[in-house]
Amino acid sequence: MNSQQPVSKPSGPKPWYDPRVRALVFQALALAAVFWAGWVLIDNTLANMESRGISTGFGFLDQSAGFGIIMHLIPYDATMSYGRTFWVGLLNTLLVSFLGIVAATILGFLLGVARLSSNWLVARLALVYIEVIRNIPLLLQIFFWYFAVLRNLPAPRQSLELAGLAFLNNRGLYLPDPVAQEGAGALFAICLLAVVAVVVLRIWAKRRQRATGRIFPTFRVGLAILVLVPALGYLATGAPIAWDVPELRGFNYRGGLTLIPELAALWVALSLYTAAFIAEIVRSGILSVSKGQTEASKALGLPNGLTLRLVVIPQAMRVIIPPLTSQYLNLTKNSSLATAIGYPDLVAVFMGTTLNQTGQAVEVVAMTMAVYLSISLFISLLMNLYNRAVAIKER
Amino acid sequence: MGGSVMKPPVSRLAPVQWIRQNLFSTWYNTLLTLAVGWLLVTSVVPVFDWLIFGATFSGDGPGDCVGKGACWLFINQRLNFFIYGFYPDAEQWRVDIMFALLALSFVPQFIDRFPGRTWFGLFGLTGLPLCGYILIPGGWFGLEPVDSSKWGGLMLTLVIAYVGIIASLPIGVLLALGRRSEMPIIRGLCIVFIEVWRAVPLITVLFMASVMLPLFLPEGMNFEKLLRALIGITLWQSAYMAEVIRGGLQAIPRGQYEAASALGLGYWRRMGLVILPQALKLVIPGIVNTFIALFKDTTLVLIIGLFDVLGAVQSTVTDPAWQNVATEGYVFVAFCFWVFCFGISRYSQNLERKLDTGHKT
Repeated sequence: MNSQQPVSKPSGPKPWYDPRVRALVFQALALAAVFWAGWVLIDNTLANMESRGISTGFGFLDQSAGFGIIMHLIPYDATMSYGRTFWVGLLNTLLVSFLGIVAATILGFLLGVARLSSNWLVARLALVYIEVIRNIPLLLQIFFWYFAVLRNLPAPRQSLELAGLAFLNNRGLYLPDPVAQEGAGALFAICLLAVVAVVVLRIWAKRRQRATGRIFPTFRVGLAILVLVPALGYLATGAPIAWDVPELRGFNYRGGLTLIPELAALWVALSLYTAAFIAEIVRSGILSVSKGQTEASKALGLPNGLTLRLVVIPQAMRVIIPPLTSQYLNLTKNSSLATAIGYPDLVAVFMGTTLNQTGQAVEVVAMTMAVYLSISLFISLLMNLYNRAVAIKER
Repeated sequence: MGGSVMKPPVSRLAPVQWIRQNLFSTWYNTLLTLAVGWLLVTSVVPVFDWLIFGATFSGDGPGDCVGKGACWLFINQRLNFFIYGFYPDAEQWRVDIMFALLALSFVPQFIDRFPGRTWFGLFGLTGLPLCGYILIPGGWFGLEPVDSSKWGGLMLTLVIAYVGIIASLPIGVLLALGRRSEMPIIRGLCIVFIEVWRAVPLITVLFMASVMLPLFLPEGMNFEKLLRALIGITLWQSAYMAEVIRGGLQAIPRGQYEAASALGLGYWRRMGLVILPQALKLVIPGIVNTFIALFKDTTLVLIIGLFDVLGAVQSTVTDPAWQNVATEGYVFVAFCFWVFCFGISRYSQNLERKLDTGHKT
């Protein structure tokens, strides 16, 4: 009876046993469940917001904020809009993250190397530092620096001072502020020129070394150019930078650059905490370079410094970079702990005050989360590019 | 194969030789040793002076703290608050039982030869949360109910960390399996979920849980603050957990997956009976490490107004009756956390060494 069909299809499994059909059904179900949950959430949220009289949409970003912010990198006052508070907070977050990443990297690398030092005392001390700092919550460390250390500094009238230029008291750290005078543009151009000259010199020296084998002392000459040219330029352009030195007026110092204690505490705590993690990463990276590499380099007659610079560090960096990236991201995310001590970062200003005043939770939370998501994606992207550049290139 | 290789003989150095080799091998090492040693002596002496020798340990009230050293009397007098929060005195035995059960489940894990320690551990993962669910909030078997707003101190810290880790484990397993699934939509959903939660700081998650969760729920339905925080922490933690477990799943050789399929096992049996038992065993150290991270992060709940151990201390150090006891309070909390975290991390390193039975080449 099958003879009527010219081509008989191989009879597959029944549809509900067919993995492809099952996969389709499962995915359809999952998608439907997600959409249903999303719809219920949105429906509930809209109903709740209506019953509480909260408006929706991003119109609030243009309204006047009406609250002050103690630190702003861009001009800001209470009459400006909520949209402006977003940018003020974002810049403050980026500032403390950047400062923290720089300090934590330097300290972390030093500690990581100290951990491997042949000096027993130094290695032990680094170990103790790492084990203590890593196992204490960051928030506690921030509190310690802010409430126990910086709050106990002397009042402005009894400030600790350094040569009458820098002052440290419980209101913050006051530093002289450079103010550009006439001719500063020329000085800036001269400095830029010096940097370009050093880069050109380096390229030329490398080329010459490849062609002739003669080594040019790039580092020393470069350093000399970088120091001497701007110094001579400074004198030649007639000392175009004036210093605005902070002065005690009334109850506090005025003028100069101010590092508010909130920023200082956050910066110190973030750097010290993250440095402990970076130190362990650096240590494992250096240990991952096999001993044979060092020995081979010594056998070639390279001195210690060059062995480190040309053989060990480039190979260690491959191991160090990926976990280092995630530490940078952690630091950026941890900077949101600023809220706890009142440093006006994105979370404190926007998700705190702005959200409380407008009540538009959904928009504010979505914007804040979007910022962290983009920072995270951006840093990952940069580090992946770098990682690709230093990864082992196999034939 | 490892046993047949003989270790090189251990060379023993005389103390003088050891000192010369490890502290004064070159001129710069000598300088470094002297500088660091001087720094240590000048800083450690005052610190110990403050911590122990000049400190006040007992007394009746703030007036007794007159010495130059630390005022441990403050911690001494507030200890009950730091451990139990506002939990009523008459009911604190319930929390004590939980502390004892917690110790009973996990202390044996540190002792290699302890009989049946796996069972103690399994109890800690299953029976302990159940006991806690009955004992701490009360309301069952004639136990007086204690509102969650009265929980606080070290107890609350442990509750949050414990619930966070236990609840996020199953969700993390599902997410990890989903991320390795062959169905593109399921995989995509899991990747988005994991990456979004991992990218945002815990504070934003807690804010969201305390501000937005009430908006998401239908009218008339509301959770208390602690439960909202727990939901936020669990979702956030499950994303991290998923990544740890995914690492374990990826470490299982392909042959295991194929062998399980060849036996004719369906997906859930394949995973449940063959893959997950091996993968989870591999990632125990990773899970322990995420637990340490979560344990430290529980301090953040004080920002949304819950009194964990740091929150409890923070709320009392500003008490005007005691002058300037912030440092003492912080040192106390730091010590609590340090003991827990350092102990657990040592345990995890130990475990890592033991579980490393030559899977890696």
